[in-house]
Amino acid sequence: MSDVLGNPTIPPDVSDSLAVLEKQRSTAETFGIPLAVLLEITHRCPLQCPYCSNPVELDRSAKELTTEEWKKVLSELAEIGVLQVHFSGGEPTARKDLVELVKHASDAGLYTNLITSAVLLTRERLSQLADAGLCHVQISFQGVEEGLADRVAGYRNGHRKKLEVAKWTRELDLPLTVNAVMHRQNLHQLPDIIQMAVDLDADRLEVANVQYYGWALKNRAALMPTVAQLDECTRLVEEARERLKGTLAIDYVVPDYYALRPKKCMGGWGRQFFNISPAGKVLPCHAAESITGLDFESVRSNHSIAWIWQNSDAFNRYRGTGWMKEPCKTCEFREIDFGGCRCQAFALTGDAANTDPACALSPLHETIFKQAEREAEGETNRFLYRNFSGGTLESENGT
Amino acid sequence: MAGPRNISVSEASRPVLPRHAKLKYDETRQVWVILAPERVLAPDEIAVEVLQLCNGERNVGDVADQLAAKYAAPREAILADVVVMLQDLADKGFLTEAREKTS
Repeated sequence: MSDVLGNPTIPPDVSDSLAVLEKQRSTAETFGIPLAVLLEITHRCPLQCPYCSNPVELDRSAKELTTEEWKKVLSELAEIGVLQVHFSGGEPTARKDLVELVKHASDAGLYTNLITSAVLLTRERLSQLADAGLCHVQISFQGVEEGLADRVAGYRNGHRKKLEVAKWTRELDLPLTVNAVMHRQNLHQLPDIIQMAVDLDADRLEVANVQYYGWALKNRAALMPTVAQLDECTRLVEEARERLKGTLAIDYVVPDYYALRPKKCMGGWGRQFFNISPAGKVLPCHAAESITGLDFESVRSNHSIAWIWQNSDAFNRYRGTGWMKEPCKTCEFREIDFGGCRCQAFALTGDAANTDPACALSPLHETIFKQAEREAEGETNRFLYRNFSGGTLESENGT
Repeated sequence: MAGPRNISVSEASRPVLPRHAKLKYDETRQVWVILAPERVLAPDEIAVEVLQLCNGERNVGDVADQLAAKYAAPREAILADVVVMLQDLADKGFLTEAREKTS
């Protein structure tokens, strides 16, 4: 009974999906191709969530890769050793060729996941996706009842539709993840959201606190939770994890503003992850285009995806530790968290090579933490909705 | 619908990987992996062998019998190890049980 991988049956911490690569081969030296890739196949979306993870500058549909281009990308990804693809957006079901793309990915041996708002899906189309080999469906929820949920999404009757699609998903025997993005205005609904996930027969629930870049940064004052809210959230998640063991797996993402140490964003720049934008740019993270002065290569260039991953300037710029300044440069945690998030460092300090202010060692940490605390206690609840025209401010009466 | 949740693995269980967990040999990295939503697990060699035997038809006792014969090892020790390993997978949501055939 030899132990091939030199570790127990299942890695003790499976919360990091890429722990496998990280442990087995030193990606720091070899930059092995990521196991999973996020495909943002379009930025079009009927929802207008104020914390959307897409860049503020959205790709218009005319710039989107064609069906044939995406198919070529999928084949290439499978060939170089990517195992999973997440079809995301925008709203991936806004692309008419989604079934065709899922089929192509499945035929290439890729594990396929659909990350969707669900509001555009019909039962027939979902059934076609299942037949095309779709492995898993993740549906986002903005709350637990339609009043708040539809207001956050800026989309009428969205919540009702999501519940319906979640039901179809299970009827078609597709596994379901409920993705709940949490912030100050919906954290009080968390106990009911957990119960909703159980009632929907979901396998998995993501309790994902908003991360404050791009659209979310613009809406920070309306979204930032208080420390007390966050503590309660953590307690509820821990209690539910224990109570629902074997029934519902719960992943938990906390906002890093209230941490002392920054998160190991993306597992470190260019180490474990990349995504492809609607226009075909290969990006170290979905917010990377917010950093100005970086030139991202496209799948439309004459370089292969593997070459872009290994050799392009954008991927190598913040890879490893060589780019670091103080206090990161000599910090004992520099290879633990890689200085946090480059996009956040850029957004809050103007230089992506600075320490992420989420880190207590950043000279800006105190200022930013205090500001977040003030915003959390503030009265600003109006959203700036996400759209192609730079955002629309919610009206005073919340419509 | 998928099989029952919250399963308790015993000698009589007939476990199987659920649809969202796929056992696959990764040619690039030369390792076996279990692909699941947002997860890639690296089962060791014996776990792979156990999971390949878990087809929803065999029960855990049958699996232990086969492994005991193959490795000429004590059946009870193997059974105990297999149950622990499968329960761990079940608790993480990566194992289900074949439904009883309704007559």
